[in-house]
Amino acid sequence: MSGDLETLAAGALDAALAAGAGDAEAYAQDGDGIEVRVYEGEVEALTEAAERGVGVRAWIDGRSGYAYGTDLSDEGVRAIAAGAVEAARVADPDEFAGPPADAGGAVDVEGLLDSSVAGWGTESKVELAQEVERAARADERVVAIEDTVYADEAQRVAIASSSGARGGYESTSCYAYARAIAADDGDDRQTGLGFEVARGPGRLDAGAIGREAADRATSLLGATKPQSRTCPVVLDETVAASFIGFIGGVLCADAVQRGRSPFAGRLGDEIATEALTLTDDGLDPQGPASAPFDGEGTPRSRTPLIDAGTLRTYLHDSYTARRQGGGQGSTGNAARSGYRSPPTVSTSNLLIAEGERELDGLLAEAGDGVYVTDVAGLHSGVNPVSGTFSVGASGRRIEGGELAAAHTEFTIASDLPKMLAAVRAAGRPARWVPFGGSVKAPALLIGEMAVGGT
Amino acid sequence: MPDERNNAVSLIDPALAERVISRALENGGDFAEVFCEERSGFSLSIDESRVERAQRGAERGAGVRVVSGDTTYFSHVDGLAEPDLLRAAEAAAAALSGERAEPRALATAEAPELQEVEVAPEVVPAERKAELLRELDERARAAGDEVAQAQGSYAEGRRRVQVASSEGVHATDDRTRVRLGAQVVARRGDVVETGFETLGAHRGFELLENGAVELGAQAAESALTLLGADPAPAGSMPVVVGKGFGGVLFHEMTGHGLESDAVQKGASVYAGKVGERVAAEHLVAYDDGRLPGAWGTGAIDDEGAPSQKTAVIEGGKVTSYLYDVVRARKDGAESTANGRRESFRHLPIPRMTNTYIAPEDAGPDDLISEVERGFYAVSFAGGQVDPATGDFVFGVSEGYMIEGGKVTKPCRGATLIGNCLDALAGIDAVANDFEMKTGFCGKDGQRVPVGTGQGHVRIGELTVGGTAVG
Repeated sequence: MSGDLETLAAGALDAALAAGAGDAEAYAQDGDGIEVRVYEGEVEALTEAAERGVGVRAWIDGRSGYAYGTDLSDEGVRAIAAGAVEAARVADPDEFAGPPADAGGAVDVEGLLDSSVAGWGTESKVELAQEVERAARADERVVAIEDTVYADEAQRVAIASSSGARGGYESTSCYAYARAIAADDGDDRQTGLGFEVARGPGRLDAGAIGREAADRATSLLGATKPQSRTCPVVLDETVAASFIGFIGGVLCADAVQRGRSPFAGRLGDEIATEALTLTDDGLDPQGPASAPFDGEGTPRSRTPLIDAGTLRTYLHDSYTARRQGGGQGSTGNAARSGYRSPPTVSTSNLLIAEGERELDGLLAEAGDGVYVTDVAGLHSGVNPVSGTFSVGASGRRIEGGELAAAHTEFTIASDLPKMLAAVRAAGRPARWVPFGGSVKAPALLIGEMAVGGT
Repeated sequence: MPDERNNAVSLIDPALAERVISRALENGGDFAEVFCEERSGFSLSIDESRVERAQRGAERGAGVRVVSGDTTYFSHVDGLAEPDLLRAAEAAAAALSGERAEPRALATAEAPELQEVEVAPEVVPAERKAELLRELDERARAAGDEVAQAQGSYAEGRRRVQVASSEGVHATDDRTRVRLGAQVVARRGDVVETGFETLGAHRGFELLENGAVELGAQAAESALTLLGADPAPAGSMPVVVGKGFGGVLFHEMTGHGLESDAVQKGASVYAGKVGERVAAEHLVAYDDGRLPGAWGTGAIDDEGAPSQKTAVIEGGKVTSYLYDVVRARKDGAESTANGRRESFRHLPIPRMTNTYIAPEDAGPDDLISEVERGFYAVSFAGGQVDPATGDFVFGVSEGYMIEGGKVTKPCRGATLIGNCLDALAGIDAVANDFEMKTGFCGKDGQRVPVGTGQGHVRIGELTVGGTAVG
């Protein structure tokens, strides 16, 4: 299936070498998908998407450049390749630049394809979205569903590089979400998001998505601001995923090497409590970022990042590994957001190990505190260099070890190293959350955080 | 090259556009449109004093949509050849069956009123752009010994678009944008602070020729100042919001709530508020897609409507929502030329262009001198608003205390928390030092360039959430 894409990638590689590149790499991508938006039971918008393009990296004497395009005629591909070479001539040389020396491997990852993406007709996908919306509306306090969306994609990828990478794979993915608006007798209004991600629509639970949207919105009705204080905080799975996704970002070697990580120079240190074990897993069959190889053709892998509190490694692509030296290899973490941009070091799928207790156990241990179910402005509210943050939040009060009144319009503040050092327990079960990258997270109990309210 | 911009350059023959529209309506529908686009860009950055990430890209393609009642069918393809376009039209029409509208003959596309581009960025040698970044880096590093890191970025882009619809609309545009950004990290012991600054416009490379590299020094100055900052206070107090990038507050807390899609779905606190008093009587605000050279400016929107200046608040009352074609039809209103899309791969939705509070007579110092104890938010790292509830949170990237009518010590880690309607009603003064800045606004997975700006603005009372929690 991806054979013609592999031919395309190989042709683009040859064109770049012919245009004067010392080394080159071509990444070709082809995808098609559908997006269904439903509103008040009717289809609001139906989009059929198909897209195909190629991106070329070229290296000349340590200078690297990138170009992409969608004109895939011979002439078009030659122009893209020439663009990459021309771009490389502008850059300054960097002794560590170049394609991965050990490219060319691939690992088998089962389950990347789900036949229901192609097998389900448009009507069935529309019905799924309608079912999500119906389930969200079942609670009479829900007054409107702002958006209900189902979307899927089948994607094919191929890579070819002058250092020997050759390969291709196919994968499918889908998601559905709804945003519900709830209102009470007074004039209070609250919103809630329900969502699931999966390889195919056959694995989505439409009713659960709709009910989650409704539950999240209604549970905040009548919310007040909490009292400002320092107290235990329980982060739900989505909030835990957002924070851990951010932490994954500053554990990437690129951030560390360029002095933009609060965890620089901490390898082998206890940066968290024993309760936290974090793995970057590019091979988990359910993980949206799983693949046989990464964005530059290095096999994906499973990398223990934090092992019962101890920082084991940073995440690498071939550039950061070479720059690190000392025999460091790529961990298969070169990520692409498509053919339009060159690879950068990034997490694949982050997995937080589950603890022994479910949510009620974490709440009981917290005793009195705040349960956070949503944070706003995380990416603007965290200083990635120092790790300090103050972000907007909403959730519930924890009183006597149980959930009590709703709270909104407050902030939680700390810094990332302090927060990791204060993780008291991980809950269970974990769920896949597409925020902050792709993270499978359980709820987390943080012993102490500053809550800013009234 | 520049001459070409003064004419209506069609990407496809009007006769072909008519065939595509006709094919799109074959199975029914009451509106069809083809949007063609050719886009190209170049970007470059500097980090660790090394010029890197040189990137070039080019794409061309089209999106075809058919509207039938309240339902939109959309399909897009790469390429602008006839078979590509007809394939997109057929895909969009595939799920339709029913009455079809008779398409009107296309109007002759008039020459668009293009923004002035003196120096097309694509003709400037890439080496000159690298040089610009090196100068910016030098300026940043020269600002002080405590400057630990400097990063700079340069980006240029050109989008040529052509829109044709079954209602006879036929229009083109040619948009060139350039932008320079600087981000500087300063360090003193364990304290690390970041400053950033950008300059961008719907103009040519001439924008960056005179002193733009000073952005590096300005970003460094912000970072260095913050090194001496205390933790921000927590509590309710008067807040003065800075000019220029401070306008992002109005963009988020009011602009989004005036977009007609949110209004029609009851997902805006401004729903049902046209004609109602929401702000002090002196307050006037606009969405202006014609503002010369501004980041969100264009000759037309992405549905072919000529750009316009829309008063959204006048005399403290809501005067208009922001409409695209589909939402205007639903309300029996006219499009306000706010139908915008990220690219030919996206459906147009109501979006802001350049949104701002109009300047008034006061000087910026007048706003501050009247405050006994308050907070001065110069710029924001970003923010988030829930349009349905109006609740917002903003991270302040540069902020100061106001004490005894004077700006005193810098503060770190402040957030502004509140509700849109309360904060808008609480604006009690607007200064005359109007300035526009560049931004990217994300909505429904689409990112479009928008201008935000204002003179200094004072809000009588707002919650400042700081890390100094007792």
